[in-house]
Amino acid sequence: MKDFSRFTISEVTKRFGERTALAGLSLELRRGEFVTFLGPSGCGKSTALGCIAGLVPITSGKISIDDECIDDGRTKVPPERREFGMVFQNYALFPHLSVANNVAFGLKLRKLAKEAVAQRVDAALKLVHLDGYADKFPAQMSGGEQQRVAIARCIVLEPRLLMLDEPLSNLDAKLRIEMRYELKALHERLHVTTIYVTHDQQEALALSDRIVVMQTGRVQQIGTPEEVYASPANLFVADFMGFKNIWTGRVESARESGDGIEYSVALDGFTLKVRGAYREGDRRRAAIMRRLNDRREVWTAIRPEDVQLGGQGDNVVRAKVVQVEYQGQVSQVTAVAGRDTRIDLRPSAPVASGGTIEVRIPPEKVLVFADGEAG
Amino acid sequence: MSLGRRGGLVALLAPAVVFIVFLFIYPFLYGLVLSFSDPSGSFTLANYERFFGDWWERRTIWVTLWISLPVTVASVALAVPFAYYMRRGIRGEKVITFFLIVPITLGTVLVSEGMLTYMGPTGWLNQLLMAIGVVAKPVRFTHNYWGVAISLLIQGFPFSFLMLLGYISGISPDLERASQMLGASRIQTFLRVTFPLMVPGIAISFCLSFVAAFSVFPSAVLLGEPSGPTRVISISAYHWAFEEFNFNVASAISIVMAAIELLVISGVLVWRNRMYRGASIVGKG
Ligand SMILES: Nc1ncnc2c1ncn2[C@@H]1O[C@H](COP(=O)(O)OP(=O)(O)OP(=O)(O)O)[C@@H](O)[C@H]1O
Ligand SMILES: [Mg+2]
Repeated sequence: MKDFSRFTISEVTKRFGERTALAGLSLELRRGEFVTFLGPSGCGKSTALGCIAGLVPITSGKISIDDECIDDGRTKVPPERREFGMVFQNYALFPHLSVANNVAFGLKLRKLAKEAVAQRVDAALKLVHLDGYADKFPAQMSGGEQQRVAIARCIVLEPRLLMLDEPLSNLDAKLRIEMRYELKALHERLHVTTIYVTHDQQEALALSDRIVVMQTGRVQQIGTPEEVYASPANLFVADFMGFKNIWTGRVESARESGDGIEYSVALDGFTLKVRGAYREGDRRRAAIMRRLNDRREVWTAIRPEDVQLGGQGDNVVRAKVVQVEYQGQVSQVTAVAGRDTRIDLRPSAPVASGGTIEVRIPPEKVLVFADGEAG
Repeated sequence: MSLGRRGGLVALLAPAVVFIVFLFIYPFLYGLVLSFSDPSGSFTLANYERFFGDWWERRTIWVTLWISLPVTVASVALAVPFAYYMRRGIRGEKVITFFLIVPITLGTVLVSEGMLTYMGPTGWLNQLLMAIGVVAKPVRFTHNYWGVAISLLIQGFPFSFLMLLGYISGISPDLERASQMLGASRIQTFLRVTFPLMVPGIAISFCLSFVAAFSVFPSAVLLGEPSGPTRVISISAYHWAFEEFNFNVASAISIVMAAIELLVISGVLVWRNRMYRGASIVGKG
């Protein structure tokens, strides 16, 4: 595998006429790293991959590997000479070629000896557990098998960078989890630098070394799964990471202490106590304190899983259950508190629809955002 | 399957079967029987002997192939690069498509008459060629082989092109991108991916264009020399049917036409299967 030490994407922008599909993407990839682009449909994930691959001409910005400039909008290395691999969302297997010939496609272009090609094709098919499928045609295979052919076809060339565009989105739920596991195992074996695109936060959390959260062409946060999950940079990321209870309210009182802020927020019908663990120097702490002092509106966010059923202490709220959806281990319950505040929770104890419950919102689990947009 | 369900299936299929039998199979079988009968209705091979025994009649096969095969090859060969170029759509595609459809909708007779005027010895094409000094005296474009060939091309090319365009734009652009990502240049991608995937479309459009060109009649009469060099096989069939009033020989000639067409089509399909093995598999997803 061709080595590099720095893969740099800086300020890459792509406009389609008036529409900005990708706005200033900057990212430095480490060798062997698994990075995921995560975001809702239409946020520019595929465009970003296309730009990196060279399939989409960039409007501005620069992509380079060590000192080699791959693309700066004016001069670019064509896609076929970048030595990147791409697994397309629909797999894009060549329907007129057998599995073996699909995998051998790139090797044959490189004018390798016949035996060497056969050997490497065999090895690649074995790697994705498809030995014995060599003579089948793509149309004779299931989605999961086709997917693995597409991966084998890329990795057999030992690309400098492997890109996968929503590779699991066409598979059923069970296979998706299986393939996710295999992808991870494969990456741990080969250590190929990988950019993975998905709109599924579970996938992103399970697979990635780092996650790039995107919205409308803009990067919202770059961080490890833990960082993105536990401390989302803004309301959008929080929403995407499953902070389903998002309420807006006015700050009533605030007290700054060494390792955080304690304050209460007046919501629609009840008051929420919040204990935010914002360390000294946290960007959000400064922003929130500014807003607090201004007595401005803030957004609070908490995950349904963190809302407790019953309990004592701060933030115990009475709520009317409006919907119960049984999901096995837990139920998905929607209740209304105060005048019109929706609370989503996932209790394991049974809850009757139409009844009244008491829920506790742990102050330390609540995130506060000073602004709907950037934190 | 229960008897009741099978009965239901038969009832559902019946209209289609009746339709096919009356429109296609019955006329064909009727012609086949006619071609092996003498006027009194008893079996004979004389009709075929009449055709194959006569050098002048036999020759029509070669005359027709000599016009229809090159024209079909040319129209498909022209259509491939145009369709490839326009596979993702280009500006003004609608206008281009419109002008290509016009000759098809106008029909052979109208196109032939138009050609007689503007490509004739005093037509503007010759006047233009002489004015810019390309030729000294008028070139004969009509009443010969070229007249028929050009008129067939004018109708055959748009047909092949539109068929191929429909076919090629159905090929996922991701396949070309995948090929590129695997290291193939544009030409390699065309040769190894796009063209092989176009093969079934090329084969179908070749077959249909060929059948249309092989049964050429109006333009061979109007633009060619129907008494000799462009006496195509359909003229021969017409002659026997409506000048000799011998439908038995005419039927035999029609059966010969069908047999030759089938032969060429089989050849094309064999080529297609050589080039494109994946097609024998019903695709999914
Ligand atoms: N060729 C194009 N011409 C014009 N606009 C485009 C083109 N390709 C993409 N876009 C626009 O750019 C934006 C980003 O598209 P992109 O395909 O990158 O989204 P995505 O994040 O991959 O979405 P999905 O999850 O649905 O695949 C979209 O708003 C889309 O409409
Ligand atoms: Mg996409």
